[in-house]
Amino acid sequence: MSDTATTTTGRAPSVYVPSTEALATVLAPGERPARPSALSASLTFGWRAVLKIKHVPEQLFDVTAFPIIMVLMFTYLFGGALADSPRAYLQFFLPGIMVTSVVMITMYTGVGLNNDIEKGVFDRIRTLPVWRPAALVGMIFGDVLRYILAAVVILAVGLVLGFRPDGGLLGVLAGIGLLVVFSFAFSWVWTFFGLVLRSEKSVMGVSMMVLFPLTFLSNVFVEPATMPGWLQAFVKVNPVTHLVASVRAAMAGSTDATNTMWLLLWSAGFVVVFGTLTMRRYNRR
Amino acid sequence: MSNRNTGLAVEADGLVRSFGSTRALDGLDLRVPAGTVYGMLGPNGAGKTTAVRVLATLLRPDAGTARVFGHDVVTEADAVRARMSLTGQYASLDEDLTGAENLVLLGRLLGLARPAARERAEALLAAFGLTEAAGRQVKKYSGGMRRRIDIAASILNTPDLLFLDEPTTGLDPRSRNQVWEIVRAVVAHGTTVLLTTQYLDEADQLAGRIAVVDHGRVIAEGTPGELKSSVGSGTVHVRLRDAGQRPRAEQVLRTALQVPVQLAADPVALTARVGEDGTDLEAGEQAARALGELARAGIVVDDFSLGQPSLDEVFLALTDHPAVATDERDDALEAAR
Repeated sequence: MSDTATTTTGRAPSVYVPSTEALATVLAPGERPARPSALSASLTFGWRAVLKIKHVPEQLFDVTAFPIIMVLMFTYLFGGALADSPRAYLQFFLPGIMVTSVVMITMYTGVGLNNDIEKGVFDRIRTLPVWRPAALVGMIFGDVLRYILAAVVILAVGLVLGFRPDGGLLGVLAGIGLLVVFSFAFSWVWTFFGLVLRSEKSVMGVSMMVLFPLTFLSNVFVEPATMPGWLQAFVKVNPVTHLVASVRAAMAGSTDATNTMWLLLWSAGFVVVFGTLTMRRYNRR
Repeated sequence: MSNRNTGLAVEADGLVRSFGSTRALDGLDLRVPAGTVYGMLGPNGAGKTTAVRVLATLLRPDAGTARVFGHDVVTEADAVRARMSLTGQYASLDEDLTGAENLVLLGRLLGLARPAARERAEALLAAFGLTEAAGRQVKKYSGGMRRRIDIAASILNTPDLLFLDEPTTGLDPRSRNQVWEIVRAVVAHGTTVLLTTQYLDEADQLAGRIAVVDHGRVIAEGTPGELKSSVGSGTVHVRLRDAGQRPRAEQVLRTALQVPVQLAADPVALTARVGEDGTDLEAGEQAARALGELARAGIVVDDFSLGQPSLDEVFLALTDHPAVATDERDDALEAAR
């Protein structure tokens, strides 16, 4: 034989002799089941994300340790200077840092997608006769679980440090709900970049460039009143500002209808614009 | 399913696809009869993978058309997807998940209810000898096991057309034989298989017809027999005990085979091309006859072998250039993945 076969097996493989009969039974064309619904296919892909968390629990590090560090760091760094005490600052700051942490975590949607493409599993997914956006919607469903986990972790740390929301349980749930809605919508920005950019590193780079100004140039850390005019102008239209104002209001037991409306408009915009761009790119490769 | 076993599984006309300045496909035509194993043979960078990706609806062609069981791969992609599956060159399952989880997941995506998906996964794992490994993460599988679970995933939907992109590259000989057996079983069940390979003997072992691909187009097409006869199906290598007998041996071989005999640099070695056009005997018969004649002439032979022509020889014969992809072309195609 002229060809050279290289041995790649690390361990001794159990000796497998393909049996024609056994293969015949699995090859017998059964009834083709009906195509799954869009929701069912998306949930199945979401289940894949859950299984991945089960097998690689380390990936939860960024939704647990990172938020805890953020809360502790900024509460004690700014608390004394910006308010009377860290505890007093926390009443203002906790909804903001929760938003910042979760919005920052959304970038892993793009990183994860980019990884899938690198590994080739995406080829199989793209040849399945299912509702086209299902794989991406499901992936973001999985990420939503991570967002909820991060929010709960931050809330727990806040409560320990003395955060006492006036809105009670319902107000807190409403705030987290708004945060999740926005993060789901915003994740579509990253699916697009995950598909367009070549490597995980470049996805990270772009994410950081977008996320740092978006989260810091907002009302998360301080009231915008002391900022220069041009910066205030940006802060005012920044969707993160609308989100933080809405979450803050909800957790304080009231509603901020204007900011919430802007927040929902921004969310719809992200899904429509980046969802469309993503699917276009997904289909066209 | 009316044309599951009749007609054409794949019909491609003038497919063109460029990546930057590299034309990966440059007017590729293909006719794959349904119910057969069809081999696409060519070196790295010849455009085989690009062709498969276009046919499997993963890439759009820049020009040309392709149909799978009569459905256009661009405008009727979903109908094509419902009837085929692809086992790519790279791991096409989620490596973090177990083998069983991967198969259940795919079963669910094909519309099976959870219990049915589980049942199907178990049956497939058993048929592919992976029951013991069912609960292990795919990244912990050996190369051969990985290939098997990949193929198992691809026949989950009992496709009418199965694409196998270099199914045995990098496998040890035993795993390669297992894959060959599986391919034979799959096609015996009426599934059309389109496989790409760099190995002539693999195409020869499995395929009913072969297309030789080079620089994005088909440069030769036919049954393995037809292709080999255009090149000569093999080379006979003889080593003698006694260098003094070589002139006599050369004479005997030339008479027996009716082909030119080359004297190698080694004073006891001779080689001859067999199975060329114009002889009516198969290479094996010719070789057997040559060995018999040598024995009858009292020539002592220490070593005698019949080798298939290598892909390089086929390429040289068909294109006048060896089957080596330029690095530049390879890189461009790799980057475009």
